[in-house]
Amino acid sequence: MTDAVTFRGVSRHFGSVKAVDAVDLSIRDGEFFAMLGPSGSGKTTCLRLIAGFEQPDAGHIAIFGEAAEGVPPYRRNVNTVFQSYALFPHMNVRDNVAFGLRVRGIGRAARHRAAEEALAQVELAGFGGRRAGELSGGQRQRVALARALINKPRVVLLDEPLGALDLKLREQMQEELRSLQRTLGLTFVFVTHDQDEALSMADRIAVFAEGRIRQVGSAEDIYRRPSSRFVADFVGSSNVLPADLAGAGPAGRWASLRPEDVLLDPAGREATVTARAFHGRVTKLTLDFGGQALIALVPAREAVPEPGATARISWDPARVHVMEPGA
Amino acid sequence: MPSDARAPLGLKLAAFGGLAFLLAPIALIFLYAFSTEEKSFQWPPPGFTLKWIGVTLERTDLWEALVLSLKVAAISTALALVLGTLTAAAVARSRFFGRETISLLVILPIALPGIITGISLRSAFSLLDIPFSTWTIVLGHATFCIVIVYNNAVARFRRTSGALIDAAMDLGADGLQTFRLVVLPNIATALLAGGMLAFALSFDEVIVTTFTAGNQATLPIWMLEELVRPRQRPVTNVVAMAVVLVTVLPILAAYYLTRDGEHTAGADR
Amino acid sequence: MSRAAAAPAIFAPRAGLAAGLADWVLLHPRMFVFLLVLPITLWLGIVYIGALIALLIQSFFSIDEFSGMVVREFTLKTYGELFRPYNLDIILRTVAMAAAVTAAAAVLAFPIAYFAARYARGKWKALFYIGVMLPLWSSYLVKVYAWKLVLAREGILNWLFAKAHLTWLLDAVLAIPVIGGNSLSVSYAGTFLVFLYIWLPYMIIPVQAALERVPGPLLEAAADLGATPRQSFSLVLLPLALPGIAAGSIFTFSLTLGDYIVPQIVGNSRLFIGQAVYTQQGTAGNIPLAAAFTVVPIAIMGLYLWGARRMGAFDAL
Repeated sequence: MTDAVTFRGVSRHFGSVKAVDAVDLSIRDGEFFAMLGPSGSGKTTCLRLIAGFEQPDAGHIAIFGEAAEGVPPYRRNVNTVFQSYALFPHMNVRDNVAFGLRVRGIGRAARHRAAEEALAQVELAGFGGRRAGELSGGQRQRVALARALINKPRVVLLDEPLGALDLKLREQMQEELRSLQRTLGLTFVFVTHDQDEALSMADRIAVFAEGRIRQVGSAEDIYRRPSSRFVADFVGSSNVLPADLAGAGPAGRWASLRPEDVLLDPAGREATVTARAFHGRVTKLTLDFGGQALIALVPAREAVPEPGATARISWDPARVHVMEPGA
Repeated sequence: MPSDARAPLGLKLAAFGGLAFLLAPIALIFLYAFSTEEKSFQWPPPGFTLKWIGVTLERTDLWEALVLSLKVAAISTALALVLGTLTAAAVARSRFFGRETISLLVILPIALPGIITGISLRSAFSLLDIPFSTWTIVLGHATFCIVIVYNNAVARFRRTSGALIDAAMDLGADGLQTFRLVVLPNIATALLAGGMLAFALSFDEVIVTTFTAGNQATLPIWMLEELVRPRQRPVTNVVAMAVVLVTVLPILAAYYLTRDGEHTAGADR
Repeated sequence: MSRAAAAPAIFAPRAGLAAGLADWVLLHPRMFVFLLVLPITLWLGIVYIGALIALLIQSFFSIDEFSGMVVREFTLKTYGELFRPYNLDIILRTVAMAAAVTAAAAVLAFPIAYFAARYARGKWKALFYIGVMLPLWSSYLVKVYAWKLVLAREGILNWLFAKAHLTWLLDAVLAIPVIGGNSLSVSYAGTFLVFLYIWLPYMIIPVQAALERVPGPLLEAAADLGATPRQSFSLVLLPLALPGIAAGSIFTFSLTLGDYIVPQIVGNSRLFIGQAVYTQQGTAGNIPLAAAFTVVPIAIMGLYLWGARRMGAFDAL
């Protein structure tokens, strides 16, 4: 089966800044793919390269096997949900949603009917006559989604689409996006700097740093088996410690140990509590473990030692992931 | 820095005194237009009449000057709209070599005293043997009208999110459709406001025009001659009143247009 | 909204020359910018700047005193003429007038701008807005004409002084040497009043903009810390308004320097720079001297802008 999007050695430089640097990437047809990374890591530029807003300085981009270099955005059967939604302020909701059909020469009646259907699909039936400015953030987000889907694109790009929403709404939209993607069977490419979002939504994740991809894999892969200290730290702020100290490998290699895998165990090894913070469901302990700082997340129901006291800790060596040399 | 406190009395007097100083002379124009006195600027006017309005309307030299002024203002505004918008689009939307130079170049004709623009254009015309015509006046006027349109357009371009253009093309609009359906509607009120201001400025301009008009008379040139050698005071009074009305009404309209534009164009940011 | 099975991933190019051209431009953003700035560069960069440079070059020519013809040879002789007492007087007179107008405009503008920024609300705010915009945008000539009505011997100002039994005061002002004269409409005092009126809005607007940006609590903080109103004004308000005053002064100063119509209509027969330029290029036919005269306001404004920039005036524009 042809991949939805393929990058082969793609670079995009802005002056001396290598925004995207020799990236290879395959996004499969029908998957929910997340591009995760800190700001300036190149994930948004990659998205813009797929949409056609940027052209690569080197390398090849293909969309469903068709070469996309030199093809302007409007000729790509790819649609985007923008970070700030980018709804047209001079049009009402219906005309925003119908825009893609209008520029393809679809008649007014037909495109209005299609727009109403698309709005119903995102649970905004009857909102067609309103202006974008009159909607809440969550509603604008849905309008942007309906507008991107109305052209029936082969790939949907989402640029931090949930960034402007509050926590509760964000969790609700995450589920909705996921189920919409499954129903439509479309390829979704999702850019985010929020690792929780990426982990909970994506089939596969690419972790970006400094214009390059550090690791591609399933959420489980990325979380449990980070390939480098950067990935371990960025995705779920793992403890990174020498492998021999973790009791899981040879000296000179690094290992990652998730904070929730550090257990309080009366039979365990000694560590000193340096700080304690209550986080609701869990308590976060900062420990001094033989000169190595360790974070432990302990379920709140457990009795937790005071700062300055000694804690006894252990972990399952199978939970320790030893990274490749030099990572 | 609005405050709910009461203003000190001294400040209030100074502020309203200043306002009276600004508005009284203009109010005076309206009174004199109806004065029965025709040989002097006598105050208080001995009586009021509407007859000078009729007299003024029958003056063919005035109508010719008015037509020339309108023609020049219309052509200059049209040229300024095209040049100012193109320049604003480039300066607001991208960084390029010489960008600073261009934004300086655009304000130069308004930053330098008008007399310098006027005399340099005139000496250039005479060096190149270009005879005076409507087009020489237009050349001078468009030069300083560009900055007015440019300022309005560049502010609107900066407020309008660049993502709107991306969104249009992403949804399948080609370059021309994007311009027609998204760019133009978003900058239209700013262009209308800029165009009105440019029109008013051109309609009123006298300093550059004295150098580029030769012996053609625009309305301001006609007024200037009256000021230097008053011959028909009552007619001048009426013309002055008409000119105030013609320049002030578009200004008020432009103010309301740009004020409304502020929340439509910025709504999505 | 089920997926069309055979939909292509990339559509064919649109037909037509215009669409093809637009595509080409989109894929060459540098070329697009070049096309956008090409017309302005041709118009202002070549026609306008070219005319300015041609004028500047002529200031290095001189005029043959016998034939009255322009001698096209490089010389500084014309600039030397600027320093003849008669011409030097013109320059000093103009600069003194510009400075006086600027100072008076700042003093007059401050209370108006301060009141409008801090105290005016609702319809008062609108009244102050219109009150500044109306004279700003009214025709320049009409404003000069209005002052001809005001200052006329039989006009409203003399009438008011007479009604208030203050004619003696007016006469005393007119009797002051240099600024006085036979009547207001042929004295420097009259010229000054008209300049002040015409350029005052250009001072009010930037000062008001600067004051609008002063946070209200700042003045309350000053009072809270024990400043008297006078101290609040001189230590807090004035320094914050200064960039606005500097910005406004650029307009009042530059506009007064270059004007030649006001002193021609309300004033005595002594010339200002603008009039000198006008008569030299017109009736006298001495283009080199006219050109040299235009360099004077440019040089003065260059110095002035340099100073204003150091005071932060450009941030308030």
